[in-house]
Amino acid sequence: MSKKVAFLQGNEAAAHGALYAGCDFFAGYPITPSTEVSEVLSAELPKTGGKFLQMEDEIAAMAAILGASLAGSKVLTSTSGPGLSLKQELIGYGCIAEIPCVVYNVMRGGPSTGMPTGPSQSDVMCAKWGTHGDHPAICLTPASVQETYEEVIRAFNLSEKYRTPVMVMPDEIVAHMRERIVFPEPGEIEVLPRKSPTVPPEQYKPYDTSFGDVPPLAAFGSGYKFHVTGLNKMQDGFPTTKAEIVQAEEERQVRKVDANIDDIVQFEEYMLDDAEVVVVAYGSTSRSARYAVNVAREQGIKAGMFRIKTFWPFPDKQIKALAGKVKGIVIPEMNLGMCSLELERCAQGKTPILGIFRVDGEPINPDQILDKIKEVK
Amino acid sequence: MAFDYDKYLRPGKLPHIWCPGCGHGIVMKGLIRAMDTLKLKKEETAIVSGIGCASRLPGYIDCCTLHTAHGRAAAFATGVKMAKPEMNVILVGGDGDGTAIGGNHFIHACRRNIDMTYIIMNNYIYGMTGGQFSPCTPTGHKASTTPYGNPDPGFDIAKLAIGAGATFVARGTAFHANQIDKLIVEAIQHKGFSVVEILDDCPTTYGRRNKYKSVIEMMNRLKEVAVPVKAAEKMTAEQLQGKILTGVLYKEETKPEYTAEYAKVIERAKASK
Repeated sequence: MSKKVAFLQGNEAAAHGALYAGCDFFAGYPITPSTEVSEVLSAELPKTGGKFLQMEDEIAAMAAILGASLAGSKVLTSTSGPGLSLKQELIGYGCIAEIPCVVYNVMRGGPSTGMPTGPSQSDVMCAKWGTHGDHPAICLTPASVQETYEEVIRAFNLSEKYRTPVMVMPDEIVAHMRERIVFPEPGEIEVLPRKSPTVPPEQYKPYDTSFGDVPPLAAFGSGYKFHVTGLNKMQDGFPTTKAEIVQAEEERQVRKVDANIDDIVQFEEYMLDDAEVVVVAYGSTSRSARYAVNVAREQGIKAGMFRIKTFWPFPDKQIKALAGKVKGIVIPEMNLGMCSLELERCAQGKTPILGIFRVDGEPINPDQILDKIKEVK
Repeated sequence: MAFDYDKYLRPGKLPHIWCPGCGHGIVMKGLIRAMDTLKLKKEETAIVSGIGCASRLPGYIDCCTLHTAHGRAAAFATGVKMAKPEMNVILVGGDGDGTAIGGNHFIHACRRNIDMTYIIMNNYIYGMTGGQFSPCTPTGHKASTTPYGNPDPGFDIAKLAIGAGATFVARGTAFHANQIDKLIVEAIQHKGFSVVEILDDCPTTYGRRNKYKSVIEMMNRLKEVAVPVKAAEKMTAEQLQGKILTGVLYKEETKPEYTAEYAKVIERAKASK
């Protein structure tokens, strides 16, 4: 039997990926350019008893998915730049209270209202540093419609596995372009369930580290009673200011991601074996980069591409290794140099980092990247 | 036999953080009595709050309790209720939390008429942060940030709730302790969004700045200004000057309830497949 094929927009694919992952609760607020996610899910979720809520604002949408997740739902919200700024307050709540959820953010021009219909990649730092305090961050940056579908599924899996908010951040080009997509069969892509408690209710503690760094999470209304707060908390969920507990809990929350980087970080290596010049790219920009690398190869330049799929945690190890053996790294991005800072941090001066930064709402052309590749001596 | 509050409280989580003379404990006891009257199952009851002194209440009660971010209780609670409509969802918080930073979530929960009960402890002040004026601080009164008197007019929480579409609105006071559980019982039994405002006192940050010499004086004020709605019907406008109505102020039973309406959406969606 042949697989189901469709011609979809990135945002539509994201909605269908969420459904494949078992999403049964969505709350959002209208915002360009992510609205299609809401539109698809408002039609699809109730067909299987799922819930779609359009809330009064972006913060409320984030709050509603956190509440629903605590009640046992698999939850998603979608937004874009200004909405992401508003959601940051409660993304932090999701991190400290350790509530699984997926935040789908389409990157448009900014800051503020910026360019609502223009593409951008300027929210990537916001994914890690947007909410206050130390916290784990996972952010995926898909480059195609198919990959958006699959990365949304992976985001759900990661959020359940590590009990933390996960962001999926396509740029506006990926979110709005249409491509052929091949739907996986049910069961073809693994969908991870939430780790439920194995102890009886009277013994349950929501942050019981005897089960490891990611303690099981019970659902409200399932027979378990427990307390959840945004304050620094103890293993039983109640607030504390005891220095040693706060320190240990904060470190554990960050360690959930830091100790599992190899499980979380995904990337694509394209023609890297003998590459002397490497273009590091993510999202739609990687499509121009791939074209530029191909042309460079035709012209006898040993170029390759390292494509970031998981932006956070950042692929430090891979970039450090690359920096030690190439003549230069080219980084095209639709912001004024965000990923390039991470590359400089990882390269530690071992190789020059050449940036191409565009914030004019236009995509980065292969020609621009090719010219920059040729600047590497 | 004395009422056994302990069966609803969390051992080891008391004493509470509230100052001597604060009325929040009176409200908590009223809520516990109401839960007992209604035989609410603890594991099927969610108590959700925001931030502030009153919002610490959920930590003391042995239910599914959710202490959220400042002002966001109604939005979190909406998520809980929509995910599990069979749960009893009760919101608690203060006047600053509910009507300032949480004002938008408050009015939209009223508008949706989602079956939850919101208990607002109105002590006219931001107590936890040291006594700044809230949207409920009366004009002219003193707060740590209105040293020359408050220039802002205050909200009438009940009118706000009714105007926004809540279908059950009641008001009590921390002085009239025996009425609190009765109002909460009726509010929880009501199918729709119910609001119970409890006029409360904050001797520490409000009373001392506004010439109340003691907690007793603050409690006496609540006793004096409160007029039951039934009694008010027989009073003249002049007699009602400076008084505050208490009891069930508004009840409407025809407006559709939100989770029931969404169940119909699910039915229509399934039929469209």
